[in-house]
Amino acid sequence: MTRATPEPVQVIKTRRNSALEALKARVPYAAYLGVEFERHGDELTTVLPYRADLVGNPALQALHGGATAAFLEITAQVVLSWSVIWPLIEAGGAVETVPVLPKTIDLSVDYLRSGLPRDAYARAKITRAGRRFSSVHVHAWQDNVDRPFAMATGHFMMPDHV
Amino acid sequence: MVQSRTDIAAQFISTLPHAQALGLSLSRIGFGDAEIQLPYDTALIGDLETGVIHGGAVSALMDTCCGAAVMGHPDAGVATATIDLRIDYMRAAVPKTTIVAVAECFHMTSSVAFVRATAHDGTSQTPVATATGTFAVERAT
Repeated sequence: MTRATPEPVQVIKTRRNSALEALKARVPYAAYLGVEFERHGDELTTVLPYRADLVGNPALQALHGGATAAFLEITAQVVLSWSVIWPLIEAGGAVETVPVLPKTIDLSVDYLRSGLPRDAYARAKITRAGRRFSSVHVHAWQDNVDRPFAMATGHFMMPDHV
Repeated sequence: MVQSRTDIAAQFISTLPHAQALGLSLSRIGFGDAEIQLPYDTALIGDLETGVIHGGAVSALMDTCCGAAVMGHPDAGVATATIDLRIDYMRAAVPKTTIVAVAECFHMTSSVAFVRATAHDGTSQTPVATATGTFAVERAT
């Protein structure tokens, strides 16, 4: 019995990473905030490195609630889009043209504690992946993953042709 | 010289680094209501293909505007922090337009302020987004 030779790991990594780069390039606002994406297999963690211009409360040096909301929304949206293009990447296709991004219908953000002047991380979980609508839960933390400082639930409209 | 409540609120907003970075400007502040403008900037685009401003920038506008409305309220404390904020996106903002948010603090207790806000881009009667939120009222002890 013969088995197909697995693809070299570097080929797979390059294909996945270039798809992620294409997705990032699609969202200038993520670059504006300085959001970075860390990928482990298909799992994405976003990073918001601390910057003085993300502060909303100068006395506490706390992150601006709007910057936090934006970080959560970017995470939810990118993770959703990533879930759409992942099967295409795995099928061996080069994903240079990312499909239209999911549109936010609503986003409800809970601020659990004030954002400290340091890096923040976020992960999103797709709670419902529908053809037209999807629901996403996203949480963000700083020092301790078990103590999120903000979380959000959002609903998104999926692009037509997917 | 005694500073008025609205002066304090206006000053409060002008010192927020992230509000400045986004180019937010306070165009009106009253006793419990505020209007803030977000000028179009290509750095804030959410999807290159459409050129539409990212929802996150609208969130930052809404959050700031709601906070300003709270700070302008006659019964406000010394500071405020968002407890929760929900935003509904009615439609995409038209590229190259300034988005204007209007927020109203419609109720305040000793510790919590209740706020609603609407954002328009001037191209339609339909708002770009609406928001409702609650804010913690921090009082000097």
